[in-house]
Amino acid sequence: MAVTTLTQAPRRPLRSRPRNEWGSPAVYFISLLFIAVCLAPVLYIVLGGFRDNSQITSSPAGLPAPWRFENYVDVLTGSTFWREIGNSAIVGLVTTFGVVALGLMVSFVLARYHFPGRGAMYSLFAAGLMFPLTVAITPLYILVKDLGLMNNLGGVILPQIAFGLPTTVIILVPFLRAIPDEIEEAAAIDGASRLGFFFRMVLPLSLPGVVTTGILAFIGSWNSYLLPLFILNDQSTFTLPLGVQAFASQYSVDTAKVLAFTSLSMIPALIFFALFQRRIVGGLTGAVKG
Amino acid sequence: MSDSPGGTAVFQQQPAQGSHAAGEGAIRASSPAGRRPKRRSTDRRKVLEIALLSGPAIIMFVGFVIFPVVLAAYYGFFRWKGFGPPVDFVGLGNYKVILTDPAFHDVLIHNGAIVVLSLIFQGPVAIVLALLLNRKFRGRSAVRILIFVPYVISEVIVGTGWSLMLQTSGAVNGLLQSVGLGAFKADWLSNPSIAIWSLMIIISWKYIGFAVILFLAGLQSIPEELFEAASIDGASYWQIQRRITLPLLGPTIRIWAFLSIIGSLQLFDLVYIIWGQYIASTAGVSTMATYMVANGRTSGNYGYGNAVAVVMFLISLVIALIYQRFVLRRDTAGALTERQK
Repeated sequence: MAVTTLTQAPRRPLRSRPRNEWGSPAVYFISLLFIAVCLAPVLYIVLGGFRDNSQITSSPAGLPAPWRFENYVDVLTGSTFWREIGNSAIVGLVTTFGVVALGLMVSFVLARYHFPGRGAMYSLFAAGLMFPLTVAITPLYILVKDLGLMNNLGGVILPQIAFGLPTTVIILVPFLRAIPDEIEEAAAIDGASRLGFFFRMVLPLSLPGVVTTGILAFIGSWNSYLLPLFILNDQSTFTLPLGVQAFASQYSVDTAKVLAFTSLSMIPALIFFALFQRRIVGGLTGAVKG
Repeated sequence: MSDSPGGTAVFQQQPAQGSHAAGEGAIRASSPAGRRPKRRSTDRRKVLEIALLSGPAIIMFVGFVIFPVVLAAYYGFFRWKGFGPPVDFVGLGNYKVILTDPAFHDVLIHNGAIVVLSLIFQGPVAIVLALLLNRKFRGRSAVRILIFVPYVISEVIVGTGWSLMLQTSGAVNGLLQSVGLGAFKADWLSNPSIAIWSLMIIISWKYIGFAVILFLAGLQSIPEELFEAASIDGASYWQIQRRITLPLLGPTIRIWAFLSIIGSLQLFDLVYIIWGQYIASTAGVSTMATYMVANGRTSGNYGYGNAVAVVMFLISLVIALIYQRFVLRRDTAGALTERQK
């Protein structure tokens, strides 16, 4: 997997076909149709935020006429939205850092050290894919409560790191294994210890894999709902998904405002995706290519 | 999302299947094993490094993943309200209640329907779209990004948006009315005979982009020489797709189906957000996970909730193993089946 991902880039320019052919009209028609289906609900949410409730009641599927900006201004000038973005960002960043750091360390051991029990250790993490958070949520909730981490962002972060490890290990181990032994030997001859080799050679060389796992961990954390739902009951600790739901039930009669809040909370994930889409899609591609 | 690519990787790359096999593979990949002279001090140093590097991850993983799962199995034998140590041992009592509860039988039917309908709804459409998007045309990369948008948006936003659209006085009914199809207006969410179809539409909308991207990735790994050879031999576009592309896409399709099945069995967020904890069962869309939360945490019966979690896990595991054994076997040579022992 790692090998294909690494060799993929140089191979591409060799393809001799011109890249910008025009396809047949049927291809465009079906593509446009599909995109319209994908984006229509998103547009409904965004445009709905620019309407007011009487517009929405009189014509549920209409366009804003006239455009109203109060809903968005209200949400953006209130403190709830920013506090929840902050909470989500803290949880997402710390989770990502923890998953990547711990995952990289243990993957390095699994990929570059030979010792009895290594296969069992790999199997332990791989088996973790079979334990989704949904199954463990009730005892996890009790565990976090016993640790005194209820209504604490740490109570969300720690389990998320643990549940992010299997994916990370499985993606990173092949990456680290693909680093040629000659590089390690050369580093050893130059006087680098194994740990020195880890920090000075492995880290930079495995960056593509690290970035992919980091992105996956961040998006997973940013969108996670079940765990925060159990752990965070205090409004001040709500992450964005909990906040959206709380807002929707609190202002259930004010549809326009709910739509404005929802569409604003969609933006960070979309920006993040736009920035990193090449890596996300590329990471999936690498994972499937085998 | 975080589970999926990892899951994919497991099956494809056939990693360690046991310590013996793993050692062999690694040795073959690198240079011969006993190449470095081993002294005692380096050995001790090596052990220390292994412990330092892998210790934190193992502690976290065992503490927050393995331990809770074991706890779930333990608490499942008690009638327990979540305070103090569990003392009211009921043996298999919780399990007896679960398996005879008509509400749980409904839940199983809903989950089964979601599994089957997800495969039927998403699979063929995603394959056709992937074949289409695999052809070179201007703007292809933009299309590929845009179809991924629903997958990136969180379940909560998807749920909130769709539930507003599907309300009786919502945008979907409004649209139907304004284009003259008022006769098709319906209570999309509350009518028990329609709700499950609404859920399927939402699920398909949310997750089909992921299937398309997976299939596209699989298509790109098929060597182009095959297509060229086939077209030289006079095969038409559709013949090539049927005889070459689809069979070679087989492993990717089977893995996608596996991920989809597991995801359908564990479905929680969308149902809980759109239908809430109480009306999901009357609307006919409750799943094992929403049943677990409604009868466990919400009603304070933590022992019972844990027993439901165990049942859910066992059902997923059995289905996963059967699927591994009979469908994925040729792709993985039993990688995951072995590992479960």
